Amino acid sequence: MKKLLTIALLATVVTTLVAREIMVRGSDTLLNLVQNLAEAFSSVSPDVTVSVTGGGSGVGISAIISNETDIADASRSIKSKEISTARANGVNPVEHVIAIDGVCVIINASNSIEKLTVEQFSQLYQGKVTNWSAVGGPNKKVSLYGRQPSSGTFVYVRDEAVKGEYAASMRQMNGNAQIVEAVKGDEGGIGYVGVGYARQDGIKVLKLSKDGANFYSPLDQAAVDAGNYPLARPLFQYTNGKAKGDAKTFIEFELSAAGQKIVADQGFYPVPEGYQARNEANLK
Amino acid sequence: MKRMGQPRRRSRKLTDKGAGALFLTCALLSAVVLLGILLFLLKNGIHTFREVSVTHFLFGTVWNPDAYGKPAFGLIPLFLGSFVSTAIALVIAVPLGIASAILISERLKGWVRVTTKTLVELFAGFPSVVLGFFGLVVLAPFIARTFHISSGLNLLNAGLLLGLMSLPTIISVSDDALRVVPHSYREAAYALGATPWTTALRVVLPSARSGILAAVMLGFGRAVGETMAVMMVAGNAAIIPHSLFDPIRTITSTIAIELGESVFGTSHYYSLFALGFVLFLIALGTNLVAESLIKRERRSFTL
Repeated sequence: MKKLLTIALLATVVTTLVAREIMVRGSDTLLNLVQNLAEAFSSVSPDVTVSVTGGGSGVGISAIISNETDIADASRSIKSKEISTARANGVNPVEHVIAIDGVCVIINASNSIEKLTVEQFSQLYQGKVTNWSAVGGPNKKVSLYGRQPSSGTFVYVRDEAVKGEYAASMRQMNGNAQIVEAVKGDEGGIGYVGVGYARQDGIKVLKLSKDGANFYSPLDQAAVDAGNYPLARPLFQYTNGKAKGDAKTFIEFELSAAGQKIVADQGFYPVPEGYQARNEANLK
Repeated sequence: MKRMGQPRRRSRKLTDKGAGALFLTCALLSAVVLLGILLFLLKNGIHTFREVSVTHFLFGTVWNPDAYGKPAFGLIPLFLGSFVSTAIALVIAVPLGIASAILISERLKGWVRVTTKTLVELFAGFPSVVLGFFGLVVLAPFIARTFHISSGLNLLNAGLLLGLMSLPTIISVSDDALRVVPHSYREAAYALGATPWTTALRVVLPSARSGILAAVMLGFGRAVGETMAVMMVAGNAAIIPHSLFDPIRTITSTIAIELGESVFGTSHYYSLFALGFVLFLIALGTNLVAESLIKRERRSFTL
């Protein structure tokens, strides 16, 4: 009995020592998708475990800068200030585009609004417009839901659409799913989430327009691919230097036909040709 | 017999000395660790003030370190968030907790008492993330519907949850304090013709005052230090709350939300340590106040 225990213990120690693990950290928008990719990957290469955790793009990028993760998920591109901090740390972040997202502006299903201009969206989120009637909706107070500063989506939407400070009264939620839940239960609510989280009952995805004449929906792949939808963006993974070993195999799997099918199944859009060439160059 | 007794006595003395040394080391170690944490917070926190003025930090009313424009490091909204939510929690938990403790200690008997106390103590160890989830999916829609407001992620929700979380601590410690009141007190009261309830409220409760104060302080500590549950239900907008239905952001939530993404060596990073130091000062302040209250209590009330 004792011998058996010793052997079992030894076996555990040995397997933990040789077990191959890839750590992926960061974006909450990418969390579900990459977890699904990791699960599919484990059936392709059963001896490698991929552990995927969230926290936000900022958390992922900060982890790759301090070399605490193999792969960082990010829904915004790395800032130049972050690149210089990384370089000073001896880390050279290399970018891979693994999916395309259209950030969806969502409201409660009971709200009559169907579309907004980016300008109106910005006014709402800066707290300059506080009643839905001002943008053609019902006479109802607007309640803003957004993400936390650690979120790439928080930074992306602020820098690309709001172009100013978010209203201080915006409720800062922990992740996409929490925003969806909150907007579902709030008739005056508005929020923004990755397209992989937006196809749900109880909420409505708004069409957006840059020029006030042509409105596009993020659920329309052609509009996202062509860049007509104002909040279309690539979703990134960063590695320290060119990806090597298991991390490289994993990223290659994500970009393969099987991987990109999972991307589409999760509601995001596959990587278009332009980015494919760049990815290949960055993987070689 | 005598010859054998001598070395045994000596070894006993040795064990005694050994134990003394061991306990002293442990006590010193915890003091050193505490001091180390304090110095660590201070050392990192102080760097905030290379770029941020002390007045801006202490009296600023906007907290937005990762801004589109100019970053802001005002403590006031976060301090008020922590302070007001804890105050609401105590308003709920203190009367409820003390009343429950009186019931458990003075009125319940036998297995009913034991089971109740065990359940309360079990609840004290309840994972806060589960309570936070409860607040998010049950309490928030309930509050929104009851008060006809758009969202239940607000100060009231946070206060209620914090109250719920500090309740077991307050009950358990108060109960212990009530139990140690000597039986002769109760018997004397009965002898004077007091009913059991009068005895509990007018004799036992006042005698256990200092212990109950300690219970309240522990409950306060639990509420002010809680992070996860409050982060999930408070809405986390760093504004100065004007009503129970405004969202709030506490000091602890801010550290938890922002520490992961703040880049090492920036004012943002250091300011989070400064927040930690503020939290430490709050804890220290309450403890000192409690200590002095208890001391005063002991002087005026001698057994």
